[in-house]
Amino acid sequence: MSAVLPADGALADALQKSEGVWHAAWRRFKADRVGLVSLVIVVGFLVLIVLSALGLVASQWQNEVGVANAPPTFMGPAAAESTAAIEVPKGPNVDLSDVDPLAPRYKEWDERAKEFATTETVKAETLPFGGDRLGRDVLAKAVKGTEISVFVGVMAALCATLIGTGLGAFGGFFGGKVSDFLEWVYNVFESIPNILLIFAFAAVVGRGVESVVVILALTGWTGMYRQVRAEFIKHRSREYVRSAEAIGASVGSRMFRHILPNVSHVILVRMSLLAVGFIKAEVILSYLGLGVRVDQVSWGTMLAEAQSELILGHWWQLAAATLFMAVFVTAFSLMADAWRDALDPKLRGLE
Amino acid sequence: MAAYLIRRLWQMIPTLAGVVLLVFFLFKYFGGDPAEVLGGLNASAEQIAAIRQQLGLDEPVLVQLWVFVKQIVTFDWGKSWATNEAVSNLFATRLPATLTVMIPILVLDVLLALPIAMWVAYRRGSLTDRTIMVVTTVALSISFLVYVIVGQYVFGFQLGWFPVQGWSDSVWKNLVTYAPLPVMLAVAVGLAPQTRLYRSFLLDELGQDYVRTARAKGMTEGVVLFRHVLRNAMIPILTNIGLQLPGIFVGSFLIEVFFSIPGLGREVLLAVNRSDFPVIQAVTIYLAVLTMFINLLTDLAYKVADPRVVLK
Repeated sequence: MSAVLPADGALADALQKSEGVWHAAWRRFKADRVGLVSLVIVVGFLVLIVLSALGLVASQWQNEVGVANAPPTFMGPAAAESTAAIEVPKGPNVDLSDVDPLAPRYKEWDERAKEFATTETVKAETLPFGGDRLGRDVLAKAVKGTEISVFVGVMAALCATLIGTGLGAFGGFFGGKVSDFLEWVYNVFESIPNILLIFAFAAVVGRGVESVVVILALTGWTGMYRQVRAEFIKHRSREYVRSAEAIGASVGSRMFRHILPNVSHVILVRMSLLAVGFIKAEVILSYLGLGVRVDQVSWGTMLAEAQSELILGHWWQLAAATLFMAVFVTAFSLMADAWRDALDPKLRGLE
Repeated sequence: MAAYLIRRLWQMIPTLAGVVLLVFFLFKYFGGDPAEVLGGLNASAEQIAAIRQQLGLDEPVLVQLWVFVKQIVTFDWGKSWATNEAVSNLFATRLPATLTVMIPILVLDVLLALPIAMWVAYRRGSLTDRTIMVVTTVALSISFLVYVIVGQYVFGFQLGWFPVQGWSDSVWKNLVTYAPLPVMLAVAVGLAPQTRLYRSFLLDELGQDYVRTARAKGMTEGVVLFRHVLRNAMIPILTNIGLQLPGIFVGSFLIEVFFSIPGLGREVLLAVNRSDFPVIQAVTIYLAVLTMFINLLTDLAYKVADPRVVLK
């Protein structure tokens, strides 16, 4: 062979190592400018989320740093208009101590009060991005809300993927009774309208971040199951799997070491689409009070507060939550689309 | 045809049994103790025991399941735990409001999204197409909540074109006064995903050989689009409408909450917040049955849309 091939090292290398699927996908992805920009935005958000989770940014989001509903401006408060001060009445106050039943205790209370040190906090008149109805910084809230909303969406997508992939792999690989049973479970879940299924689970599971993750994962795995099952059916009789069987690979090894890596791109794409859907679902659940607890903040709870603030003309919390969510979700969906195009060109154009 | 129908109906039984089991065990083992929900925080142990006995919770599980199945078959769910209203009455009084809002939404969604999708699919790659795709991507990433909050504020409160919320007893008044704003907002929200979906269906068909053949024969573009392409794209379009159809009975619960529409969706949400199990169970099971029948009807509609479809 070496006599036939030119003695060119680079070519020989290229012939020996064919381009891996991930490598090829990355090459295609790099050519997609929209995909790259959205990847950068998503990574930026992820960095923000990690910082916020570590308590490096927005850890003080619950502090009331401004006055209630502080308006957003970088210019500082407008100069207070001088209003004609109401004249302080001159002359001595009327002495009420002989009729005031509390009068003998005023002195005692004053002394008691002196034992406690009080600090005057200066509350800002305006904040760069505005304050909510308690005077908390909307920007810090939006960052913290991003952390919770994205965490819930991604965790739920991860759990749904585990359930869907596991069941799909078993159903597709084994066929027969196992497959029939899983198809039955799938049909049962599919026949209940999704929102009702979520409500039914929400009624029994309770509130909190973990509950939302559980609810969304338990109700959202069906699409993933269906797709992974179809892929496993397609792959289980392919030559490479049969060769693996011939050399004595166990069932588990064939399923997860041979087939799974070959269908992982499908799973990844479907998972990123799931995450987008779950983030939007979390926002709605939190708005309805079925989501995160009251001492936490998510985009959904921000929007819930924003609704009553808007009537009073305080639009900034609505704007902050909407903007953060719109930018992240747009970037994430565009990135998922770019991944899909790069990983599986056959699926291009699919919703 | 008859054989097909019988077989399809026969196949529904195991699925239906699954739904019943799922709902029963979900509420039985994960839902907390109904007696404690009903008794409240201050109930004594005897009161709890009395409620348990009244509800039959001390019976064996199989007996309880049998009672549950009997309730489903006889449509007798007893009364709501929270309001003491008969569950069947609740369905009858809440459903009209939901349908008043949801049917216009579904019809308008299809009637608007389909022409837009045809237009952009026909002009694929043009500036219009790309603009609409970008606009829909951004529109999709904004939460449904934002549309409703801002829409209600702008059109109801600021401009005063519509009442902010409300409902009346007259269907006509509801339809012309109270429904337009919620319907308009829901359609605006649904338009982006629907347009994208229909566009992809139509694009699949526009690339087919028969389109080129029809054009080669000298058919006008109108005939090609409406008689050939649309007819062929009908199956995925019908599937999509069939998937949305069960939703019109639960309604858009968000719309109902925002606009105080006394519909089924709001009732279910209230039931979830009050742990009113009979209402949630009844809605879930009947909606599942309805969904199965709608799926069957969709499959039958395929046959009408495309005579080549063989039902077997």
